[in-house]
Amino acid sequence: MGPLWLLALIAGLSFFGFVLGHWKSVVLSGKARGALAARPGYYGAYVLIWTAIPALLILVALSVGRPFLIEHTVRVNLPAQVLTNAQQLSLEVSGVEQVAAGLKLVTPEELEDIRIGVVAARSVFARHGLPLGEDVKPYQLMAAGTLNLVSDGLDTAIDAAVVAALAFGLIFAFVRVKPRLRARNLVENTILALMIAASSVAILTTVGIVLSLLFQALQFFSMVSPANFYLGTVWDPRFAAAGSTESGQFGFLPLFWGTLYISFFAMLVAVPIGLYSAIYMAEYAGSKVRSTAKPLIEILAGIPTIVYGFFALTTVGPLIRDYVALPLGLGTSGNNVLTAGLVMGIMIIPYVSSLSDDIITAVPRSLRDGSLALGATRSETTRLVILPAALPGVVGAVLLAMSRAIGETMIVVLAAGVAARASLNPFEEMTTITVKIVNQLTGDLEFTSPQTLVAFALGLTLFVITLGLNVLALTIVRKYREQYE
Amino acid sequence: MSAVQAATPFETVRTPDPANRPIKVHTAKVKVTYGQKEALHGVSIDIAEKAVTAFIGPSGCGKSTFLRCINRMNDTIAGARVEGKITLDEQDIYDPDLDVVELRARVGMVFQKPNPFPKSIFDNVAYGPRIHGLARSKADLEEIVVTSLQKASLFNEVKDRLSEPGTSLSGGQQQRLCIARAIAVSPEVILMDEPCSALDPIATAKVEELIDELRANFTIVIVTHSMQQAARVSQRTAFFHLGHLIEEGPTDHVFTNPLEQRTQDYITGRFG
Repeated sequence: MGPLWLLALIAGLSFFGFVLGHWKSVVLSGKARGALAARPGYYGAYVLIWTAIPALLILVALSVGRPFLIEHTVRVNLPAQVLTNAQQLSLEVSGVEQVAAGLKLVTPEELEDIRIGVVAARSVFARHGLPLGEDVKPYQLMAAGTLNLVSDGLDTAIDAAVVAALAFGLIFAFVRVKPRLRARNLVENTILALMIAASSVAILTTVGIVLSLLFQALQFFSMVSPANFYLGTVWDPRFAAAGSTESGQFGFLPLFWGTLYISFFAMLVAVPIGLYSAIYMAEYAGSKVRSTAKPLIEILAGIPTIVYGFFALTTVGPLIRDYVALPLGLGTSGNNVLTAGLVMGIMIIPYVSSLSDDIITAVPRSLRDGSLALGATRSETTRLVILPAALPGVVGAVLLAMSRAIGETMIVVLAAGVAARASLNPFEEMTTITVKIVNQLTGDLEFTSPQTLVAFALGLTLFVITLGLNVLALTIVRKYREQYE
Repeated sequence: MSAVQAATPFETVRTPDPANRPIKVHTAKVKVTYGQKEALHGVSIDIAEKAVTAFIGPSGCGKSTFLRCINRMNDTIAGARVEGKITLDEQDIYDPDLDVVELRARVGMVFQKPNPFPKSIFDNVAYGPRIHGLARSKADLEEIVVTSLQKASLFNEVKDRLSEPGTSLSGGQQQRLCIARAIAVSPEVILMDEPCSALDPIATAKVEELIDELRANFTIVIVTHSMQQAARVSQRTAFFHLGHLIEEGPTDHVFTNPLEQRTQDYITGRFG
């Protein structure tokens, strides 16, 4: 049985277990109220959990362990001279796995022919649609045979273990169903465990990502010193041939400057527009306008960034070049910082406006009434009472939008170009950290060269920057949140 | 006045003011509708100057709604419509030419739940004077703040911590801060919407004492659920029921010798 069949079996038996548990509890209670410690559904769930969870755990554990066991078998069967060559070993293992797959395809007669050496295994496999790189060596054939045996045995063992777990769980739980059994508690604990598992997946993924970034970045820093990286003013990672000692310069500052400069223009657009529209939505607009206009603004966040990129490239960029940059004599390129900043600013308007709107609306009505009753106008009330009260939340919204701006890639590629440059002129091409990460990883390069590894150093730095911003935003929000409560 | 009463299908029982105080606020046939629902069905009452008028009645009888008409706070509620006539010193407050902001500076309000701004105690009181430009200098402003806090009997408790947030005060102090905030813009009328309902008995006693003192300078209208409170602080009492003004007259008269059966029933606790 394959894993899918096993899963189906688990599902089927669990459902059966549910029905069984439910039925038994109903029979035991004799329809009398209060005889059971929990409602029948809980007894059903109790049996279901006991049936499904152990079997699922065994299935997952064995499926995860299976490749390791198989690789181990292959190694044991390989001759010593292959084993000593570490680089060759992984190739050999995958070669044996291919042969093993081929052995499953051939007919018994062909197998016999291969064994006595009448025909070459390679040609037979090719006839069955499995092309091999080179001829099959005798020891590979041997190892492959063992591998097939072991893997078949493992499959049977998994099947047996899962079925045993299912049967044991079902019977054990069914026998234990008694009127005074606290079935609700087990269900409650299982749900709790599921929730903890779900949140640990998210946390562990983050940890995993950070660790993978960290190790690769450390490898990079062993080739290029952190001082050269973080203080370097020239970004020129020459794509040298593999093995060459020349590696170019990896100055982080031009990229950092480009990122900050573009984000600055983006915030210059997004913060006032977002904030004013949030104030209008929350304080002035009637409920009809609000319920129409708010989703419309939020659509901006749903437009794919590549579309914003087109817009920047074909409309905003040329407009700025022809009507601002050229007449002022400041630049000749349609790709410039200003274009990227403007378009990115439009993209993040909803991040500012939507969050700020919620925060402004959450300011208690009594504060508004208090101010209005003192003879303040609506704008005075907004400016002097509502905004100060909502400020921490608004700052949080702005910082969140900012980390969004810093992480943006697509708009920058299309609107600001890929030239790493540190300049004050907003009509020049510049680029950001994220664009360079894409650049460095999309070349045909070894993963051990500094040209590629620098992407991880950049990624780690970017991660630290945005994490810092998010933490700052959360701290500000948390610190001042209770001010008006 | 008689013409107005004749047109009203409901007749309010009135006992005239023996002290014969001048009239500060006059209302005639005030109706308030929220959307389709009429909450007030034509209320006519004269509110005496430099006296405390108490509005009593069971929940939902329209007394708070009526109170909020007097400084047009109902304007801020979407779907609320006010009909009828309300004058302050013989000036129609629903006149389109009248600036509602100016009206609210003349008719202050204190709310049910203390609602100090999340600012310092000083800034809370200085808020109104700053908006209306009442102080010419910093010293001027400080004087207004101190006087207002003194009038609200709060100054001695907070004089050493004027820069602390107003929200750090206790509930009763917060409510007196809100009263000080209202006094600071020198209103003529102060509306109080159940100002003690969120306070403990000691804080309540202090606020009641304060209301009694404020009567010398301000016209006060107070909505209350506590009959004892109405009896203690007010000179005139108006009893509302189901959106009608049932009876109004001198407080001692209304409480000891009500002319209407429903008033009698309510104050003796038979309903409400």
